[in-house]
Amino acid sequence: MMLLKGGDIIDPSGGLSGVADILINEEGFIENIGQDIETDEEDALIIDVSGLKVMPGLVDMHVHLREPGYEYKENIDTGLKAAAAGGFTTIVCMPNTSPVVDTRSTVRFIKERAGAAGLGNLYVAGAASKGLEGRDMAEIGDMVAEGIVAVTDDGKSIADASLMRRVLEYIKMFDIPFMVHAESPELAGAGVMHEGLVATTIGMPGIPAQAESVIVARDIELAELTGSRVHITHLSTESSLDYVRRAKAKGLKVTCDVTPHHLTMTDDAVMGFDTNTKVNPPLRPQRHVDAVIKGLQEGVIDAIASDHAPHAVHEKESSYIEAPFGMIGLETSLAVLITRLVRTGILTLEQLVAKLTIGPADVLGLDAGRLEVGAPADITVVDPDVMWTIDPNIFYSLGRNCPYAGWEVGGKVKYTIAGGKIIAKNGVVE
Amino acid sequence: MASNTVEIMDKDGINRALVRIAHEILEKNKGAENIGLVGLQTRGVPIAYRLQRIIRDIEGLELPVGILDITLYRDDLMHLQHQPNVNVTEIPFRVENSRIIICDEVIYTGRTIRAAMDALMDQGRPHMIQLAVLIDRGHRELPIRADYVGKNIPTSRLEWVNVQLKEVDGTDGVLLGRNLDRTSSEGTI
Amino acid sequence: MSATTGEYIKTTPAIKDRSVEAGTEKSRGGDHIMDKDLIRIRTLDKEDIVRILDQAESFYEILDRPIRKVPALRGKIVVNLFFEPSTRTRTSFELAAKTLSADVVNIATKVSSAVKGESIKDTALTLKSLGANIIIVRHSHPGVPELISKQGDFKVINAGDGWGEHPTQSLLDLFTIRRKMGSLKDLHVTIMGDITHSRVARSNIYALTKMGAHVHIVAPPTLVPACLEKLGVKVHYHIEEVMEYTDILYLLRIQMERLEQSFFPSLREYAQFFGVNAKRLEQFSKEVMVMHPGPINRGVEISHDVADGMDTYIEEQVRNGVVVRMAILYLISREGAGRHDVA
Repeated sequence: MMLLKGGDIIDPSGGLSGVADILINEEGFIENIGQDIETDEEDALIIDVSGLKVMPGLVDMHVHLREPGYEYKENIDTGLKAAAAGGFTTIVCMPNTSPVVDTRSTVRFIKERAGAAGLGNLYVAGAASKGLEGRDMAEIGDMVAEGIVAVTDDGKSIADASLMRRVLEYIKMFDIPFMVHAESPELAGAGVMHEGLVATTIGMPGIPAQAESVIVARDIELAELTGSRVHITHLSTESSLDYVRRAKAKGLKVTCDVTPHHLTMTDDAVMGFDTNTKVNPPLRPQRHVDAVIKGLQEGVIDAIASDHAPHAVHEKESSYIEAPFGMIGLETSLAVLITRLVRTGILTLEQLVAKLTIGPADVLGLDAGRLEVGAPADITVVDPDVMWTIDPNIFYSLGRNCPYAGWEVGGKVKYTIAGGKIIAKNGVVE
Repeated sequence: MASNTVEIMDKDGINRALVRIAHEILEKNKGAENIGLVGLQTRGVPIAYRLQRIIRDIEGLELPVGILDITLYRDDLMHLQHQPNVNVTEIPFRVENSRIIICDEVIYTGRTIRAAMDALMDQGRPHMIQLAVLIDRGHRELPIRADYVGKNIPTSRLEWVNVQLKEVDGTDGVLLGRNLDRTSSEGTI
Repeated sequence: MSATTGEYIKTTPAIKDRSVEAGTEKSRGGDHIMDKDLIRIRTLDKEDIVRILDQAESFYEILDRPIRKVPALRGKIVVNLFFEPSTRTRTSFELAAKTLSADVVNIATKVSSAVKGESIKDTALTLKSLGANIIIVRHSHPGVPELISKQGDFKVINAGDGWGEHPTQSLLDLFTIRRKMGSLKDLHVTIMGDITHSRVARSNIYALTKMGAHVHIVAPPTLVPACLEKLGVKVHYHIEEVMEYTDILYLLRIQMERLEQSFFPSLREYAQFFGVNAKRLEQFSKEVMVMHPGPINRGVEISHDVADGMDTYIEEQVRNGVVVRMAILYLISREGAGRHDVA
């Protein structure tokens, strides 16, 4: 038994708020929530969380754990530790590993490795096409039987609209969403950053915003054609957001997420050629940042996901053009978002927590993101007032490709509790 | 600059010294044949032009004047606080086989003159090089001596000598001062 | 022996926009940008540019001396690190460095281990331990000079980084223009051709606008990068629009691969709209100075008749290139501050 005493509860799913105690049973579920809960059990762990924010365990629906195949960048164990330290009790890993997650056995391998780690819940997104090659459909049904929660060719779009249509039709029988990485390969070309004033200034090949939005438009059209669930992941442009807004107004099953970096950084950051700012979709100018922030305020955006994409130091220590796309995020997301969105008054803490808990859980239909009696005891306890300086060198993630290095941020995870067990305390994984 | 400054030579003094040097040049070289004056940037240049004018008044012959910037030949070039700007070098006569008189305002360590001689040698093999200075303040660090000296001023290393020339500074005069907080004089080598 | 009289400090051309009166002691100092590297014109200010041009002016006569060598950089190791082939720029730098008595090491892609997968960082670290004082780098990716600069306290000169910048080309272009026109201020300079993929265009846009010139771009819309006008230039698609006021027509080399990528339909059609020939030059209101960073695609950007008349210009550019690079090497070569100012 564990008893969290006197915390300030934030649960956007049920609208629970205010000071209350939470009792967690031996099975790892929430036994009771209420005022002045006592336990007479002798060895119960009673934690005083007064003055702290108690929220559902955070959910990150888009991370890259690199295992199997790229364990030098990250592995399932280090990825889960990074998640725990960052307050995430549920994460969803992408299939662009080696081998690609396009068969049942790879899904099983990942889930077994995660089970052994015992650090929160790891869900798997399977490949939509075999080998992520965009030619033949992967054995989606077989992977669903092993527990995948979405399909995606993340890292690229399915260029062939006809295959995209077939996949969307096919996944209806499993009621899982397609997570769209929206990028027209032809329009993106050899671009490495947003095409605009900064790219022109420093002479870098650009990716136009429309490389994203044309695919968003196409896949929303296909969502209408097929009636399938389409989730636009790491949405980053004003126009993409407009398409999603219209699709939602029409009642289509279209959802989307944005990343912390597209909410907090612009392409100005590329000016100094820091390869840690190279990410796909690229950092955009302020106009697009403002648009996605507005989308978040209006509720058009369902979730915030980190797109945690670790790379080895030597891979990022190259020219901007050669360096791989991606930045890490699991250990910085919450603090960066609190600092830049909540402390600035753009969102309330409750609105932010919604996008990090119930929002992504609902998109994927996960049993997560809720604080209610009978729900799994996945709980994150946060002190929103602690200031700290981001230092990637002390991360659990093997990745050091963090564009926030040196940022002063506010908000520190005090406890990460998954399945009734403390998996991280004060940022240290138990 | 915290110091006691005295003027040790005025406008007339400078002029008298240069007239005497001009006579000495003509005497030592038995005339003005084949002589070229080379003024070192910056204040050696007006001195060279003044000597040119005085010699013309005496001999009716106009000696050619060259301008030499020795910056690139300085032995301390890479150790200076500020990278000095290099000024123009222009020697409008053949160095080869000519008698060259290097003109400068002050001789101190002798390093400037060493650099000037190296720079001149790169332009050809002169028949002879002589040196004319307005002030010799001693403290040589190289075996170099001036052939023509306007005035010898024994100084201490704590003192500085500041030659002012109308063409550069707007006024003529030589000042001697003592620097209280620095051990050497700025910009003079 | 001929005599010189008159003005006591002489500079050959009548140059108006010098920042300092030559020969005054005040002209020293102002070396903050040159303390480390010369990588971008964008981050220089006008004073830095003028200082380099003035310095180049005083180096001009060195190339006429019987012994074309001064000892300024004796004992310094200058490395030409070229990841991209270039004969002209590399030779120009080599000559400049050797005129200043530096020891020059040439490393080209074909012979270096860069092709064998050694990282840029490791190459720079190797050069650092070999005692390189100045590294001149050319690479096909923007930002590589900065990456190399981070690896040590050697100085880095950008000899062209992808589509990024080519600052020394731009400085030599300014030097040539200033010698010919006296000043850059208020000149109308038209840059014509492939702007998107041109580091020369970028550096020249920054340099010319900083010096107070008006910069016009003439190019097919496919070769004009996004938001270009925000850099302070005026964009045109037709050369006729600039004929009234252009003083200098700067033509960029068209790369054959742009044709394959369908930026324009054919060389013939490109030449029809953007090629310069004698007849077209006559339509300009003023007598236009035609410039080109070379090598010229005869019959494409420039017709044979015009190209034939550019021999003197090309010779002058080669000389100016050496002189300007000497000035840059000289200004950049200083060791760390804090040593004695006086011998």
